[in-house]
Amino acid sequence: MLGLLHVTGVLAAVREVVPARAQMATTLGFHIILACFGIALPTIVLIAEYIGLKRSDEVAMTLARRWSQAMGVLVAVGAVTGTVLSFEMGLLWPGLMRRYGSVIGLPFALEGIFFFLEAIFTGIYLYGWRRLSAWAHFWSGIPIAISGIFGAISVIAANSWMNQPGGFTLKGGRVVAVDPVKVFFNRASWYEMPHMLIAAYLVAGFGLASIYAVGFLRGRRDRYHRLGFAIPFVLAAALTPVEFFVGDTAARAIASDQPVKFATMEYVTHTTRHAPEYLGGVYMNGHVYAGIRIPDLDSLLVGFSTHTKVIGLDSVPPADRPPVPWLIHLAFDVMAGLGSLSLIPLLWLLLAWWRRRSLPRHRWFWLLAAAAGPAAVVAMEAGWIVTEVGRQPWVVYRLLTTAQAATTNGGVIDTLTAVIVLYAVLGVATVIILRVLARRWHQGEDHAVAVPYGPPNTPAAGEAR
Amino acid sequence: MTVKVVGAMLLVVLTLYAVLAGADFGGGLWDLVAGREGTGRAPRGLIDDTITPVWESNHVWLIFALVIFWTGFPSAFAAVMTATALPLWLSVLGIVLRGAGFAFRKEVEGLKWRRLLGATFAFSSLLTPFFMGTVVGAVAAGKVKFAAEHSTLAVWTGTTSILIGCLFVAVCGYEAAVFLIAEAADRRDRALERYFRRRATIAGVAAGALSLAVLVSLRSSNSMLYHRLTGRALPLVIFAGACGVAVIALLLTRRTRGLRVLSAVGVTAVVWGFGVAQYPILLPGTGLTLSADAAPHATLVALIAVFILAVVLVIPGFLLLFWLHSRQLLESDTPPTSTG
Repeated sequence: MLGLLHVTGVLAAVREVVPARAQMATTLGFHIILACFGIALPTIVLIAEYIGLKRSDEVAMTLARRWSQAMGVLVAVGAVTGTVLSFEMGLLWPGLMRRYGSVIGLPFALEGIFFFLEAIFTGIYLYGWRRLSAWAHFWSGIPIAISGIFGAISVIAANSWMNQPGGFTLKGGRVVAVDPVKVFFNRASWYEMPHMLIAAYLVAGFGLASIYAVGFLRGRRDRYHRLGFAIPFVLAAALTPVEFFVGDTAARAIASDQPVKFATMEYVTHTTRHAPEYLGGVYMNGHVYAGIRIPDLDSLLVGFSTHTKVIGLDSVPPADRPPVPWLIHLAFDVMAGLGSLSLIPLLWLLLAWWRRRSLPRHRWFWLLAAAAGPAAVVAMEAGWIVTEVGRQPWVVYRLLTTAQAATTNGGVIDTLTAVIVLYAVLGVATVIILRVLARRWHQGEDHAVAVPYGPPNTPAAGEAR
Repeated sequence: MTVKVVGAMLLVVLTLYAVLAGADFGGGLWDLVAGREGTGRAPRGLIDDTITPVWESNHVWLIFALVIFWTGFPSAFAAVMTATALPLWLSVLGIVLRGAGFAFRKEVEGLKWRRLLGATFAFSSLLTPFFMGTVVGAVAAGKVKFAAEHSTLAVWTGTTSILIGCLFVAVCGYEAAVFLIAEAADRRDRALERYFRRRATIAGVAAGALSLAVLVSLRSSNSMLYHRLTGRALPLVIFAGACGVAVIALLLTRRTRGLRVLSAVGVTAVVWGFGVAQYPILLPGTGLTLSADAAPHATLVALIAVFILAVVLVIPGFLLLFWLHSRQLLESDTPPTSTG
């Protein structure tokens, strides 16, 4: 009888893991886009404000002021969706917190400080445009940019710890000693931190620039639009080669630190030398279908020699391999492919600047630039699929399975449904609000309407501002 | 020793959240009941001006509290999160709707949409404090079990839970009204000052009555806590009561000076009264003590270090923010509206 109870208890836990993962993926996948803007947008706004102040450039100042207004909306939505994640750590993954809360909590505690500084100075910066002196206002924005970077590093420290857990001692299944520095700087932090941080700048930079690229294609080619394009685009484009290099290094580190994840990313079915590289393709029942096979290339990329031995999926029993290998592999291909493609607009930009000291004029450049924003978001999300789904079945690599961490509470399917509906509305509303802002700017009107509203006294008074 | 310090840190952070964010939530309550367009215009404008630049910063105290809780006392955190999952989800829903509604309503066009989003902000400002109150009530009443595997309604719908939920809403309204009196006084707006004086008095009396009701209900739901609240924590309880009475006296005699400080000190005394009464028990329903569930020593030391760093870095930031705000150097980017 007791045995039966135990079995049903375990089954209940297993049952909730799928909706719990789906909910975590939904909420994190949504929040991370806002987080990218929260991390990188302040830097972009400050660059515009700096140009505006240094050169008494009214156009740059207008851009800075308007971007900061959009930043206000994005930061507010990011603050609440980030809070959802904090709660979900406990509500969806109590098993993780019970066992490792004392370890993984440390980077999050540090992140708390940066979140504070970010919120405080955002409050000052966003609402200080009118009454603070020009340079005082500029300097009030600097802490936002800095704490955005360090806050991101802290959160990534927690995630990289899940991939390469270290800095603690287990005794009888309990954490008995912790080394905070080793938790923060674990074996995966040195490549995950720059990779994600730069990704945030790429998403925000290309994302913002693509709006002005679309405007350019529609014939809005005045200095306002050119500068609005150039500031974020140059910043992001300059970072793409760095990201390319960091990503390549990260993949090699994963090949040695998390070989099963790497084997899934690259469809290495069995441990071998002269491992081939597959572009695209679907892996099923031990075979790769419809992929482009390039002999020896994977070994070459991993160890700079075709003779390099690459560990394959057969190194662990099927239960310890990630689910849906095709998703992980294709996500990896999408990320790497888009990352490589994003070098093209950079080269184009450099060429045009070298020849004519101006932005490229060709329509194709602007089409590429317009696509770069959505592409950056897709690449970043694909990267998260690789790192998160690729770590499965583990939540803490080789120490705790996701199923063991999941809540035993029923009803996750209900909260999942609610979350999908709520976030769909939130996403649509955020886009609508940003478009409303843009429309107002086109009409040359920068100020929001007066706040008070309420049930109308009379219909006529109701519609009056 | 380190355990005690971390426990105290958690109380400090919860106190700051209760005092600072509580007032922001209360602002939503008064927005909700501010009535029609014409009459509601002035109070809504003042509420909006007061909350806008600071609510996000005040909100971060909650994140900090969660992190200290789960890092310092991981098992208790997991137990609370499992046993009271539903009200916590509803609190989160309130947080999302409130933040989004507040941020969106300024930018959206069309009175209909502004009103819808404003109502979302105002209504969800009630949701979060109420359901957080029920969670605190479930813990106080000893309903959260250590090995809880499932959340049930019975855990958080007891008398104590519901009363504390209502108390939280009343306290938020009380704090907000007191803050708004001072804001109105700073702007020399006598009409608004009177308006919020009336509301502060009502909310203050309600909060006082609800506090007594909670105390009485604890007698049956958790007699140990009741005896300690009327025993070793009695000085704090009496002090909190005295602060409340003093605030009401100031309100009735139309004084403003000291109002904010006294009300904040009163709320602080209530939070610490509970803390002292409960010590060293972490979850009354389990007998689990602070030290039994504490994280390893190095984690606690690191948490204390982070907390000190937070005090050094964050407190000056907050003071700067509040100072600029009180000198009305921060304003929503809206044309000045005539209040009338």
